Amino acid sequence: MSAVAVAPALPDALPAVKLDRLPLLLVPALALIALPFMGSFSTWVTLTVAGIAMGMIIFIIASGLTLVFGLMDVLNFGHGVFIALGAYLAISVLGLMGGWTASENLLLNLLALLPAMLVAIAVAGAVGFAFERVIIRPVYGQHLKQILITMGGMIVGEELIKVIWGPQTIPLPLPAAFRGSLLLGEAAVEKYRLIAVVIGLAVFAAMFWVLSRTKAGLLIRAGVQDREMVESLGYRIRRLFVGVFVAGSSLAGLGGVMWGLYQQNVTPQMGAQVNVLIFIVIIIGGLGSVGGCFIGALLVGLLANYTGFLAPKVALFSNILLMVVVLLWRPQGIYPVANR
Amino acid sequence: MMLHRVFSGDLPRNRLLTVMLLAIAVALAFAPFVFPGAKALNVAAKICIFIVLVASFDLLLGYTGIVSFAHTMFFGIGTYGVSIALARMGPSWPAVAAGAGGALALSLALSLLIGLFSLRVKAIFYAMITLAVASAFQTLASQLSEITGGEDGLNFKVPEMLTPGFSLSEQPFLGVSPDGKLISYYLVFAATVALFLVMLRIVNSPFGRVLQAIRENAFRAEALGYRTVVYRTASNVLSAGFATLAGALLALWLRYNGPDTSLSFEIMIDILLMVVIGGMGTMYGAVVGAALFIVAQNYLQDLMRIASDAVEGVPLLPDLVHPDRWLLWLGILFILSVYRFPAGIVGKLRAMK
Amino acid sequence: MSAPLLRLEGVHTHIDAYHILHGVDLEVAQGELTVLLGRNGAGKTTTLRTVMGLWQATQGRVLFEGEDIARSHTPQIAHRGIAYVPENMGIFGDLTVRENMILAARGARRAEDIDAGRLEWIFNLFPAIKRFWQHPAGLLSGGQKQMLAVARAIVEPRKLLLVDEPSKGLAPAIIQNMIAAFRELKQTDTTILLVEQNFNFARQLGDRVAVMDDGRIVHTGTMAELAADEELQQRLLGLSLAAHQ
Repeated sequence: MSAVAVAPALPDALPAVKLDRLPLLLVPALALIALPFMGSFSTWVTLTVAGIAMGMIIFIIASGLTLVFGLMDVLNFGHGVFIALGAYLAISVLGLMGGWTASENLLLNLLALLPAMLVAIAVAGAVGFAFERVIIRPVYGQHLKQILITMGGMIVGEELIKVIWGPQTIPLPLPAAFRGSLLLGEAAVEKYRLIAVVIGLAVFAAMFWVLSRTKAGLLIRAGVQDREMVESLGYRIRRLFVGVFVAGSSLAGLGGVMWGLYQQNVTPQMGAQVNVLIFIVIIIGGLGSVGGCFIGALLVGLLANYTGFLAPKVALFSNILLMVVVLLWRPQGIYPVANR
Repeated sequence: MMLHRVFSGDLPRNRLLTVMLLAIAVALAFAPFVFPGAKALNVAAKICIFIVLVASFDLLLGYTGIVSFAHTMFFGIGTYGVSIALARMGPSWPAVAAGAGGALALSLALSLLIGLFSLRVKAIFYAMITLAVASAFQTLASQLSEITGGEDGLNFKVPEMLTPGFSLSEQPFLGVSPDGKLISYYLVFAATVALFLVMLRIVNSPFGRVLQAIRENAFRAEALGYRTVVYRTASNVLSAGFATLAGALLALWLRYNGPDTSLSFEIMIDILLMVVIGGMGTMYGAVVGAALFIVAQNYLQDLMRIASDAVEGVPLLPDLVHPDRWLLWLGILFILSVYRFPAGIVGKLRAMK
Repeated sequence: MSAPLLRLEGVHTHIDAYHILHGVDLEVAQGELTVLLGRNGAGKTTTLRTVMGLWQATQGRVLFEGEDIARSHTPQIAHRGIAYVPENMGIFGDLTVRENMILAARGARRAEDIDAGRLEWIFNLFPAIKRFWQHPAGLLSGGQKQMLAVARAIVEPRKLLLVDEPSKGLAPAIIQNMIAAFRELKQTDTTILLVEQNFNFARQLGDRVAVMDDGRIVHTGTMAELAADEELQQRLLGLSLAAHQ
């Protein structure tokens, strides 16, 4: 074949691949800024671990939502219902495993937690599948109706939870071996929070692997940028979307289990309560960006714990303030998704 | 025609609808005489107030196409404004004026701010942000307990003329004693009628038509020379103002106010249900929706209780029809409305010829 | 004379309230490069998007290999062997060049799955693809992105290529590259429907030409005829060749 003459106009070198590193510094920056206010180093350690744990749980919950929006422009105001569902399922399943959760053996406790998480993931995923088909599919592309109808879905979901489990707040005690704290030097770090951090990192790693190493992940990343082009390349993006929605709902269910254990009680309204928080997180992170969601979640978690200690009355505002500050800096969020 | 001008040319346009609206209007106008008892009067007053509240929300959602979850915040500013003023300054009309005026000023300022900010961000952002802001405001109200009475709320006295103890005359009038409660009710009713007609005029004015054009296609409206920024903000501000006034009325009626009276998310959901089921973008939808919803809220539960007792032994069924779960059924109705009757009851009636 | 691979019959397309295509009749012959010319707003892009199913034709038929695809969904249309290179190139900026190519090769899960011979051929056509294989596609220059867009469309053999203004905004030297690449493509017996505003680019490649105006085809014929007839060019396209040398 004939060689194509390379025109001199082609540049030989690309600008160095610059990863947008600046936002990665936000989390350690916040932690460092908070340090002088804490009074003691050990307090800072305790709160920072608590904040990161909380952030991880929020990330697990919110990551599905941001992908769902990024991929299909669908706004699910009913995402909270999966969280509540997961938490309530945890109560039921852990209730059945009373013997194992009462034991001091860490392994038994973990083995008791595992079915709770699996059940939550499976059921939330199944409900998510139904939710997408019945509630969301008929209103693709119509944002106004989406907001209204997903809200309606949440109301109905919340009421159904009350039908099944009752309207009152139910305590969700931690399994025995998870209670209490470890001492790192002088700092007391709650055991459960460490576990949450580990699980959160595992989920993040798994998501990262799927998104960067599998074809499905490739499709998701491409679809978030340019849905039409993905379809033009021959992929049925609808199926992909259902998959992502179900995955997002499952993750919310898992997050619900962990959130319920973190708060040590569950109420039917917990979905609506966490809704506000996760919306703030995905706006900060940039709608459609998993990395941004991760950073946003950690920032929110840390801030909630720092302000909870220093000035409890300011706690909810601190999140809104953070959101405003981030939006003033980058109006589309930390990592705006290209081509939107 | 006189009627035409009063209703700003926006007549019901359907016989059944006209009958419904007339029935509601007459029922509300003569409620103290036709429906005896404190509960019935309470229901009537609440319907009036929610007509104003939901109509103001329809102005924003139905006519301008903006979803805002901060509506209860402005409602709450109204109730708190009057409550705090009456609690601090004592029961007098100047206090009422000061409270309402201050609340209006705050609402106008806040809605202006939110309106201007919202135009930097997309509609979805806006909805989420208003959700967050309303949530924060509710927390604020329950935490600033020195001013707002915190979780317990405020009990206060209203101007003498409105108190139950006050009476115009010893003789009962058509079976009802003309006491402060009656006067309060007619104050609320008159205000409702006035405010509703004003809103009707607004949506039928050239301003209102531009709002609808913007709702349909913002780009085209902008291309035609209308600064959508200005119109959307104006709609925001107007909507907030009317909601605040509704709040002021509520405070005068209840003589009590707490964070759940006006700020709770449940109320926001109720408003959404009312406007969607009644009919978005129609104004009359607010009337129908509010009447239907609040009557159901108070009387349907009794029906459900009967049903629930009837199916006592059956698993799960008693819980499904338990009166506390009435929201479940309203929620399902809401979802069906968004799909099947996007124009609500009013729209459906008008479409039937 | 083989049967046309693609034929549009009386195609109307509406976008919201706007009536863009007013009964388009167009034939694209197998193995030829047909150019769709016309000024801005004539409806050329809309025609391509209608064929691709991104916009639904409200009336008329779109026949590909004899079957009407006017009501088909875009992924199905792509599976019939039609590739689309849109005006904005549709490059996934956050993905690497390699990942863009993997996506375009439908059966591939990794780069190794792409036909090695074909890939080598593409590297020869567009050296930039090889050089920036691991780089995020968003960092490529305009011309390189355009080449990537075309490369994606040919990473696997396709029956029909729909290409929208490949020369737009490119430097003259790169346009020469593009022309050479398309010439090679033509040798592989691929059918191409090319939308262009740049007549000079088009006349070097086109076998047949169709001119659009106001959502209709106003002229069809061979490129040779049009290129030889300056008065016709002036009338249809409002240009004189001298101005576009």
